[in-house]
Order: sequence, then structure tokens, then C-alpha cells
Amino acid sequence: MGSTNSTLLKIPNVEVLMQETGFSPAHIIRLHDRFKALDKEGRGHLCPHDFGAIKELAMNPIGDRIIGAFFSPGKETVDFHTFVKILAHFRPVDKDRPKEPNSPEPINSRSNKLKFAFQLYDQDKDGKISRDELLQVLRAMLGMQVTDEQLESIADRTIQEADLDRDDAISFEEFRKSLEKINIDHKMSIRFLR
Amino acid sequence: MYMSPFTFLMCVICIASLGYGANVMAFEPTSTSPSKLPPWSQVEDTDPDPDPGETTQAVFTLNYPRIQIPFEITLWVLLASFAKIGFHVYHKITVWVPESCLLISIGLIVGGIMHSLHEKPPAVLTSNVFFLYMLPPIVLDSGYFMPTRPFFENFGTVLWFAVVGTLWNSIGIGISLFAICQIEVFGVKDITLQENFLFASIISAVEPVAVLTVFEDISVHEQLYIVVFGECLFNDAVTVVLYNLFNHVAALEVVEAGDVFLDIGRFFVVGLGGTIFGALFGFVTAFTTRFTGKVREIEPLIIFLYSYLAYLIAELLDISSIMAIVICALTMKYYVEENVSQRSCTTIRHVIKMVGSVSETLIFFFLGVVTITTEHEWNWGYILFALLFALLWRGLGILVLTQIINPFRTIPFNFKDQFGLAYGGLRGAVSFALAFTLPDSIGRKNLFITGTIVVIIFTVFIQGITIRPLLKLMNVRKTNRNQETINDEIHKRLMEHTVAGIEDLCGQWSHYYWKDKFMKFNNRILRKILIHDNHPESSIVALYKKLELQNAMEVLDQMSGDISAAPSLISLQYVSSTSRPVLLFSEVFETV
Repeated sequence: MGSTNSTLLKIPNVEVLMQETGFSPAHIIRLHDRFKALDKEGRGHLCPHDFGAIKELAMNPIGDRIIGAFFSPGKETVDFHTFVKILAHFRPVDKDRPKEPNSPEPINSRSNKLKFAFQLYDQDKDGKISRDELLQVLRAMLGMQVTDEQLESIADRTIQEADLDRDDAISFEEFRKSLEKINIDHKMSIRFLR
Repeated sequence: MYMSPFTFLMCVICIASLGYGANVMAFEPTSTSPSKLPPWSQVEDTDPDPDPGETTQAVFTLNYPRIQIPFEITLWVLLASFAKIGFHVYHKITVWVPESCLLISIGLIVGGIMHSLHEKPPAVLTSNVFFLYMLPPIVLDSGYFMPTRPFFENFGTVLWFAVVGTLWNSIGIGISLFAICQIEVFGVKDITLQENFLFASIISAVEPVAVLTVFEDISVHEQLYIVVFGECLFNDAVTVVLYNLFNHVAALEVVEAGDVFLDIGRFFVVGLGGTIFGALFGFVTAFTTRFTGKVREIEPLIIFLYSYLAYLIAELLDISSIMAIVICALTMKYYVEENVSQRSCTTIRHVIKMVGSVSETLIFFFLGVVTITTEHEWNWGYILFALLFALLWRGLGILVLTQIINPFRTIPFNFKDQFGLAYGGLRGAVSFALAFTLPDSIGRKNLFITGTIVVIIFTVFIQGITIRPLLKLMNVRKTNRNQETINDEIHKRLMEHTVAGIEDLCGQWSHYYWKDKFMKFNNRILRKILIHDNHPESSIVALYKKLELQNAMEVLDQMSGDISAAPSLISLQYVSSTSRPVLLFSEVFETV
């Protein structure tokens, strides 16, 4: 217990972090260890190529998009706080949390999870998934299995199913609506180890 | 209880023929020629000019003994099938009363009729007949139709409940009943501890059919469904192993500690052995189907033969045959369905369902008949306590086990789920057959049979009928499974990749990691060996093709009449707004 306390003390603003994200001290420590392991040069922040060094992530079809999600537009580095906050999206939803009317929505709410998934599609951040963006993701996930024509057909069908205002793009609301029956809590959560 | 007049008439006819059959057996064959000769030689013997005074060759003979066995089997199966048809004529009844209840009731009626006619039921339910002929189809049916993806995602939980849960139940009930036996009042002091464990293991086996139908009807969420399904399947295997174990132990006079350890070790050998064996057979089957391109007619046969072979050889080696056949079905399904033709695929599914359902029906039916016609040994104390403990230990077991496993699950089970799990523990076919086939060396065999029947009837009738309204009342979490859309599939896939990526980022392993590894291995090596025409196809593409095909069929259905009157392809663009058939008609027909 002594060593954990000392590690916690080394992290600045750790109380605020725990409150905002809902992680327990044990989680924070483990994530901190991971952060330090990724930060090989010991600079205290991570750049894209630190993430790129993770082998399995590099082989993930949407690996580059996931990495991109950590870096807000314009910033080249990720500090520990941002790292933890982004990961907090994947905490399982707390069912027993009392609903206080004035408190901000927790990071791991269903809506925020959906927003995270949405931004993986919407790379130019215009609030809509255009046909091209959808095509790019499909191409990444389906690889060389399908011809371009089939890919376009699939993309067309996808947009047709979800696009309610007929602007040939999927807005966040349409995205949310098309996924209303899916258990997002289950699909976008991982069990963080202690 | 409703039964159509037609069904009733057929029942009466069937029973009458069975009765007749039984009576005929009692007398000598009445033909004049010696009974050793085959019937057709009687005709050849005919004297062209028979003298009226001598005993002549009859022109019309009735040779019942020759066809008796297949005939009676056919009649029994037919009777059970009529019962099933009869129930579904009046739809409402099957909603409220599970089919197993109805079957047992019909069995009771038939049993009553036979009893009043002083007939004995056919002595067919021997150990061999059950374990070699009736159980494999049921288990194959469950194994083949197990949804693989949710199953592997919940694998740990399923095994946990099946293995540890059954052990908990058997040992708990066994010990409590032994304690009851010690009380002089009930007069069952002669039942040894081993025999108690044996009985306990018999009544711990749960039966999924009735419960799963209810779950499907009210669309409970997938996690609950798959855990109940998987638990029932694997606990059959565990129960049979325990049963054999305790049977063997019950015969021994003295049990030493060393024996117990050997038995535990044996338990693992049996379970794992069955699994590995099944997987091997699964792969061999898949490999064989790679070459059946030119002989499509025998494809279903290959599947059945291999599955049955896996079962039989596992029985030979005394490892868990249930595990073998289930794992065989699970592994081969994926590869086989890609190799065989569409027709063979449908045939396989259909035949498996048919034979499994017939088997299950027959067993419940027999349960009803046997309840009336066997001699029962009734003992208020023992039997009622057995029932009480069965329910109690199951409830406790689920509670305790869920508490232990919940931290390991992404989506923990809440109390309503646990109630569904515990209350859905109906006993059925396997318990009955195991009790019925107890060796006669067990002194209180009849008591055990009676006890098992009571537990089964109680759970099937009371719990089976009330579980549906209770679950509805409690508002158990519902499933999200409904109309598939391509959106769902794509976004789900994206989310899976995302979660896998995040886990890699955090340096964690989870079942996504193993799934990913397995998929890579599968694509690189297994598919090349086992599949005839290897076109790895993403599930997104497969779903897309399926949806487009559905739309194309809908469009065709809208044109009632012949297709030459169909509008041209261009104008079809405006027919249905949910698809764009123009580009895709040709694609659909060439890819399918």
C-alpha cells in the first residue's frame, strides 16, 4: 500500500482525474505504468509513433484512426491526463450511479461512447459521415475481399438505411438512431485490470 | 386440456393395435406351415387343388410377429407425433403450457388406458437403447444449433455453471438427503451415502427445451439464453459422468480416499478427452466434405455418420460421448456449411431437428406412460425432501456461483437474471432416463425412480407453466436481436476493432485477443485445408448479399404472374426504396 500511495502522489491532479473518469486508484496506477512503458524516451507525454510501436495496434484495420482519436486537432502530444480520459470512454457503465441533475455527463455514458465511435468515422470532424468517409472505413475493414463496385453498393445501402434527412451523409443523430437497439454498453466496454 | 377428436381417435387406434400386437404374441402362430419357414414359402407350398377336408393353406395370413418390433416402434413414434400435431392445432395452449407438459399428460392418459387394460408398456427403455439411440440425436440437435459466437464469448461462464454448478447441486443434495436418511422416522436408513449421491446426481440434470422456448418467446437477452443453453448441454455431460462414477462407487463396499482422487482425475480425463476427440472428428468431417463436390446426395449422410461415430467411439473409450458429439458438431458446422450445397445444408439442419425432436418427444411420452404403469415406492419424507433440496440447492448454487463469476464478466448478471437461471432449471429427459436405467443392484431403485418422476413432473408442470408470466412480470432484460441491418453489422465490426485496439493499447488480453488470434489461424491455415473453395468472406459482405437477395425476392414476389410481364430493370429502380436493384440484380444472381 505504501508504494501505491507514493505512485499516486507523483501524478499531478490525480484526485480530479479519478473523479472525472471514475477510475479507481488501482486502475490509475496500472494505466500510469502502461503510460510509462509506452513513453520509452521518458518525456512525460506520448507522440503518434509511440502508439505506432504497439505491434497489434498497427495491424488493426482501424488502428491509425484509434491512435488519431487520442490527439485532439492541432496537438502533437498526449499527456497522462488526456490518455486516461480517452480510455475512460471504455469503462463499463455504472448502473448504480445516482442521477444528479446538475452533474456533467460521465465520460463513459452511452452517448459519449457513441460519440467516440462516430469520430472514428468522421475524420474531418464536420459532424457528418460522408459517403467517402464511410467508403474509407469499409475499405480498411474489408481489405481486398471485395471489388470497388461492391464496396460502393454496400456504402450506398448503409447510407440509405440510416439517412433520414436524405443529405447523403449520416449525422450523429442518425447514427445514434440507427444503433438504438444495440447494446453499446456491452460492445464498447472493456474490463480494466487492476 | 384440449385434444382434437382426430388425435384422440388415432390414439385409440394406435393403442388398440398395440394391445392386439401384445395379445398375438401370447399365442402360437396360427399358420399351418412350420413357423421356421419364411412367409413367402407358404405360398409356394400351396397345393393347386386343395382338398376341402384337409387343413389348407390360407390365402390371407397375418404374420404379426415378423414385423412386430418395427411396427410397434413406428406406432409409438406416430402416436407421439399426433400428440404434437394436436397441440399446435390450438395455438394458445402452447403459449401457456410448455410442450413437455402436454406430452407428459398425453403419456399419462395413454398409460392410464394401458393400465386399465392390464397391458405392460414396451420394455424398450433399456440403458442401451437410451444411451445409444435416443440421447445422441438430442445432444446433436443442441450442439449443432448452438449459436457459436455468443457461446464462445460466454464460454467461461457456461463451463462454470455447468461443471461447478452440477457438482455443487449433486454433492449438496446428496449430503442433505443422507442427513435426512439418518432420521429414523422416515425409515430410509438403509440408503448409503453413495446411493444418495447417485440419486442426487440424477436429479441435478437440467433440461433446456421448455425453458428455451419460453426465453425465445419473450426475447430475453442473449447472455441469459446462451448460459442456460450451454449449462444444460454441458451439465448433461457432467451428470452422466457423475452418474457413472457414483454408480461404480455405489457398488464398492468401502470407499478410500485414494479412490476419490482417482475419480476426480478421471472426471477431468473424461471431459477433456471428449472435447479433444470431438474436435478431431469435427475436423475430419470438414475435411471429408471438401471432396464431396460431385456426390452431393451423400453429404448429409457423412455428417450424421461422423457425428454418430464420434459418439460411439467415445463410448468405447469411456470418455464423455456427449462432449465429443457436441464439440464435433460445433467445430464442423462452420466449415461444413461452406463446403456443402445449399440443399444438403437444409437437409442436414432439418433432419437433425427432426430426429432430435422425435427423440425428446418419445422420452417425455414414455415418462407419462411409465408414471402410471410402474410399481412405485412412495416415501413421503424422502421424496418431498428430495424435491425441496433440489430447488433449494439450485437457487443457492446460482446465487453463490454468480457472485463469484460476476467480477469476471463484462456484463454482470443482475438478480432478475439469476432468478431466471435458477427458476429455469427444469428437469427432464436425461434425469428420467438415468433413473430408469439404474442397475437393479440398487436396493431402493423404485424409490429413486418415483422420486425422480416427482421432481421432473413438479418442475416441468409448476415451474414450466409459471416461468413465462413470472419473467414477463419481472421484466427481465430483453434482447436486441431483431431486423438485421447492414448498419448494425458495420458499426458492430468497427466497435469490435476499436475495443480490440484499445485493449492492445492498455496491454491487456481478453477474449477478443484470443478470438483475433484464432481468426488469423483459421484464415491462414484451417480454411485452406478444410474448405473446398476458399473465398474468405467477411460477415459484412455475407450479410449484405443476404439482404440484397431478400430484397430481390421481395421485388419478385410483388410481381404476381410471370416474369416476362416484369418491368424492365431500369424501371425497377423506382419500385422499392430500400434497395437499389438496378446495379445489383445481375450481381446478386451471379454471386448466388
